[in-house]
Amino acid sequence: MIPLLTSIFAITLRAGTSLVYATVGEIYTENSGILNLGVEGMMMMSAVTGFGAAYYSGSVWVGFLVAMLVGGLLGALHAFLSVTMRANQVVSGLSITLFGTGLASFLGQRLGPEANSFNLAGLTGPRLTAQPIAFVINIPVLGALFSQDILTYAAYFVVPLAWYYLYKTRNGLNLRAVGENPITAVAMGINVVKTRYLYTILGGILIGIGGAHLSLSYTPGWTENLTGGRGWIVIALVIFAMWNPARAVLGAILFGGINAIQFRLQAIGTTIPSSFLNMLPYLMTIIVLVVMTWWETLKKRIGAPAALGVPYMREDK
Amino acid sequence: MQIFFEKRKNVSRKAIVLVPVVSFLVALLLGAILLLITGVNPIVTYQAMAQGAFGTVYGFSETLVVAIPLMLTGLGVTIAFRMRFWNIGAEGQLVFGGIAGAGVALFLADTIPEFLLLPSIILAGMIAGALWAGIPAVLKAYLGVDETLTSLMLNYVAILFASYLYYGAWRDPLGFGFPGTARFVEEAWLPRILGRAHYGLFFGLIAAIILWIVFNRTRWGFELKIIGENQTAARYLGIKIARNIVLALLLSGALSGLAGVSHVAGIFRRLQTGLAAGYGYTAIIIAWLAQLNPIAVIFVSILMGGLFVGGDQVQMMMGLPSAVGLVLQGLILFPMLAGTLFTEYKIKIVRPDKTPRVESEAAS
Repeated sequence: MIPLLTSIFAITLRAGTSLVYATVGEIYTENSGILNLGVEGMMMMSAVTGFGAAYYSGSVWVGFLVAMLVGGLLGALHAFLSVTMRANQVVSGLSITLFGTGLASFLGQRLGPEANSFNLAGLTGPRLTAQPIAFVINIPVLGALFSQDILTYAAYFVVPLAWYYLYKTRNGLNLRAVGENPITAVAMGINVVKTRYLYTILGGILIGIGGAHLSLSYTPGWTENLTGGRGWIVIALVIFAMWNPARAVLGAILFGGINAIQFRLQAIGTTIPSSFLNMLPYLMTIIVLVVMTWWETLKKRIGAPAALGVPYMREDK
Repeated sequence: MQIFFEKRKNVSRKAIVLVPVVSFLVALLLGAILLLITGVNPIVTYQAMAQGAFGTVYGFSETLVVAIPLMLTGLGVTIAFRMRFWNIGAEGQLVFGGIAGAGVALFLADTIPEFLLLPSIILAGMIAGALWAGIPAVLKAYLGVDETLTSLMLNYVAILFASYLYYGAWRDPLGFGFPGTARFVEEAWLPRILGRAHYGLFFGLIAAIILWIVFNRTRWGFELKIIGENQTAARYLGIKIARNIVLALLLSGALSGLAGVSHVAGIFRRLQTGLAAGYGYTAIIIAWLAQLNPIAVIFVSILMGGLFVGGDQVQMMMGLPSAVGLVLQGLILFPMLAGTLFTEYKIKIVRPDKTPRVESEAAS
């Protein structure tokens, strides 16, 4: 039983890593008042470009850098459209998803070497390997925490830091002020436009890491539809986490865990259809949303940044 | 010198026509650059796409096959967006409509009189789509729960439920492992007009005309518009906001459900994998490109359908990725979104000495 639990937990963490990075990124973006529904497209683009760059350079780290760059650029595009051009954020984000998935599929069939008829799919490139830590890996169940790759280890530090920055620093306070009430934030002397650009780009960079973790570690290589809707799960996770990076871990573990348990159940040959198991996270997100909204109106405690999705226009008051 | 944007009282008429046209041209240009970079001749590609999607009777009929669900979901989304209700659940509503229609076709074909079978199937699909859209509508209208996220989450539930049905409970035991149900009886097929293009086209055209009349000539259309523009004003006018949100969303979902059931009864003639092809997401883009005008939705849907089919054609003829079509669809949107600035705002250039002190005003 214990080895089984350990292995389920290890797969959970592996599956959850890309979700954690992308979710923390999206939490930062949303806290600045920008709703980014482009996560799926951004993850797809960073997965394909990250893999391509790693394949040609022979280094996973070049892959991750390129993926971060691509994620950041798409974040900047979303910021440009929704902040500067005041476009509707829902539509702008969806456009990035549509464009990103389309372009990723296109590039996946054009960027490859001629010998592989320009396909990236089916190639083996460098990958991030697990770096088990001696001794502690033998702890029952929790040992799974120490059989991961470097990015998963880094996530153990990124999440607390992200939480600390958001809730315990001046910059974090300013960020949340912009998301809650941009007009007041201006009065506090904060540059709303700059803040929103900054955190939408930062969010994109983290989403880029999440996307590249898929093609460079979790399921190494490029395949069509590699992300499999993970970008949308990230958006659900942000709500599930109530815009708090610390709680994002719980959500990522839950979603990752459902993935892991499913592998196991399929191996055992269970009668519970996996479709219903897969529905759970989405249904739970809806329930969390309903309860939260009800709780908010009851306690007047705001979980969501109040100005989330509302364009900031100093001209129309 | 500083540039300011002043919100227009009325949306600029000239910009409304100009922005989509310019956006399309810009998209072609950006796409051409992308194709050139990846070593493909853009002119030959575009020609092949246009030829493949519109140049032959077969190609055009295939374009219509895609345009029909896009049209119906696009119209559904338009209703919701008119009242600034961000229903991004058209995909799930489409799938649920398909599930319900298939349920009737598979299990009630013997009990329902022959001439009523197809109408019952279609009605079941519309009701199912409406109910699926009704969930986020009721949650929003009476509890204030954000509709973007609930409608989105429900897409996954519907898609997973459909896959459970065609992989599991409803799977055709004689289907050689193909993920799909048994084929419907012939009375349950939606008749085809041209190639595989079916009667769903008429549903789309009729729905567009009815919606145009509702939006522009009826009190209800006016109420929806007011709710979208200014909820406070709507309340003063005595408009029942919650009830209208639910009603509009039931109608919105019914159209998406109709898209799903028409596709199932007109194309697949069974419930099978491939129903959730992303039409419901493209619908959002279509509603936006059409500037929420139901008549424009028809033309934009056919154009977008053409991009899908044109992409498939260049894959077959030139060995290029069919995603070219998707890339172009995405590319139209960016200039289009940026162009909203010009339809909704007036650009004013102010000399330094007259610069209004906006910052301090905002602070007060």
